[in-house]
Amino acid sequence: MNNKHKYDQVFIESFSIDESVLGDNLVYNRIQSWDSIGHMGMIAAIEETFDIMMEIDDIIDFSSYKKGFEILAKYRVEF
Amino acid sequence: MNFYDDLEKYSVNIAILTEQSEQISYKDLLDAADNIGKQIKGRSLVFAVCRNSFESVAGYLGFMRAKAVPVLINDKINNTFFANLLEAYKPEYVYLPKDKSGLNVNSIAAYSYGNYTLLKTGYDIDYTLHGDLALLLTTSGSTGSPKLVRQSYKNINSNAESITQYLGITSADRPITTMPMSYSYGLSIINSHLLAGASTIFTDSTLMDRRFWEEIRNNNATTFGGVPYIYEMLKKLRFERMNLPSLKYITQAGGKLSLELSAEFADICEDKGIKFFVMYGQTEATARMSYLPWEYARTKAGSMGISIPGGSFWLEDENGKVIEKSDTIGELVYKGDNVTLGYAESCLDMCKGDENRGILRTGDLAKRDADGFHYITGRKKRFLKMFGNRVNLDEIEQLIKAAGYDRVCAGTDDNLKIYVTEMDDKDRIRSYIAERTGINHVGFTVVYVDKIPRNETGKVLYSALVQLEKKDCDV
Repeated sequence: MNNKHKYDQVFIESFSIDESVLGDNLVYNRIQSWDSIGHMGMIAAIEETFDIMMEIDDIIDFSSYKKGFEILAKYRVEF
Repeated sequence: MNFYDDLEKYSVNIAILTEQSEQISYKDLLDAADNIGKQIKGRSLVFAVCRNSFESVAGYLGFMRAKAVPVLINDKINNTFFANLLEAYKPEYVYLPKDKSGLNVNSIAAYSYGNYTLLKTGYDIDYTLHGDLALLLTTSGSTGSPKLVRQSYKNINSNAESITQYLGITSADRPITTMPMSYSYGLSIINSHLLAGASTIFTDSTLMDRRFWEEIRNNNATTFGGVPYIYEMLKKLRFERMNLPSLKYITQAGGKLSLELSAEFADICEDKGIKFFVMYGQTEATARMSYLPWEYARTKAGSMGISIPGGSFWLEDENGKVIEKSDTIGELVYKGDNVTLGYAESCLDMCKGDENRGILRTGDLAKRDADGFHYITGRKKRFLKMFGNRVNLDEIEQLIKAAGYDRVCAGTDDNLKIYVTEMDDKDRIRSYIAERTGINHVGFTVVYVDKIPRNETGKVLYSALVQLEKKDCDV
């Protein structure tokens, strides 16, 4: 499984959403399941999947599906 | 005198700091409050749809000062549940944010205040509000139950006074909001700091928003409270590494924090010079019943402490006999001026007086150690705390049933289990219940079992259900 696929799976499972929802419009607080509680679960899943530990600023800035790619690049996760 | 009738003495103090960086004095807050309050004719029932904003607090204070009786409702309430509440209580007024047009109200007049509107409804029903009745709070907004807790003037004052006393709140304190003001714990923080003439930072941002941390730093917040999942978030955000020099003390309530997290935060806070208070309460006791003095946070980790000033606890066995021996489990019973009047199911209950007479059977099982500290060990009643909110399991079962499924629920705090006998309903039930209750779906697990164990009369055997699941896990 490549990283893009793993990344997508985290979103699909954490927020209980359909693959078609993945994209630039998938933003924190726009869908019910991505509230602060959902965010915490998603971050934990990302850290586990890519075996990283994110800084607080990155956890908080991880506010969209799109933004996540930029942040993960800092942790040498390549897409 | 009620504390909110006596706030003029703090006139020049800052009462509210808003997300728009405004600093609102007690004088300006009271002027705003009384402007809204004077729109209300006589002692009326008002639905106040709350968020953590200036207009919302001004409305609340205005209604209290005008001796109107507000029902505080979370602005995230599901539209259908709101309609049900309207139907059950037929309030004469509804005070709500202008952008909540989804909450349908038939009104005959409107008064605009900032981003809020006060609507006079068309309900013309003659019911009496009991003289002691001050305020009503929901027991569980998420299942749509119309059951409200009736709080008196004495309840609200005595609890705010006790809290101010044991936390040592002064006018120099600056709490930041982390919970809805319609939630008893959130409201108790607002009330106790108003009573002390302190300045409260109002925000609807959560710990996962950059904004929240900017507000803490820019406004030098001295304290905040949190339900268990907020402490989970603080752990995730590595609170121990944060530099927040203005923080003096933090509090925890709204469900039992795990022993590990209690001990961990006791250590972190001790290192940082922050006082850590674990507390216990219920909306039925206005808000607070106990606290663990911060000096004991580490040595008595896992305990919910001792009764608040003016209150007392005892434990009762199954026959209602008082348990004198330490380390023996029984039902926790509380006595104090903050024990609320009782429940309401509709506007017809507004005339009721004090049904509890100062004594609350908490429904929680607890034990007391030899030093007099209490520990919650379980629950007698069928409810869970889901991210701080109480959820009645029978009501969740009814919601599921209303959607055409016949399923049963059990589980632990923040992990409600829905037992199904057909695998294919799994995902649908989970999203349905998350959508209806507004509770994040991560709190729900759907568990497959061969059959639901019942006794001869058809009653569900919940303990057998949990056994079945354990067996499944062993296989």
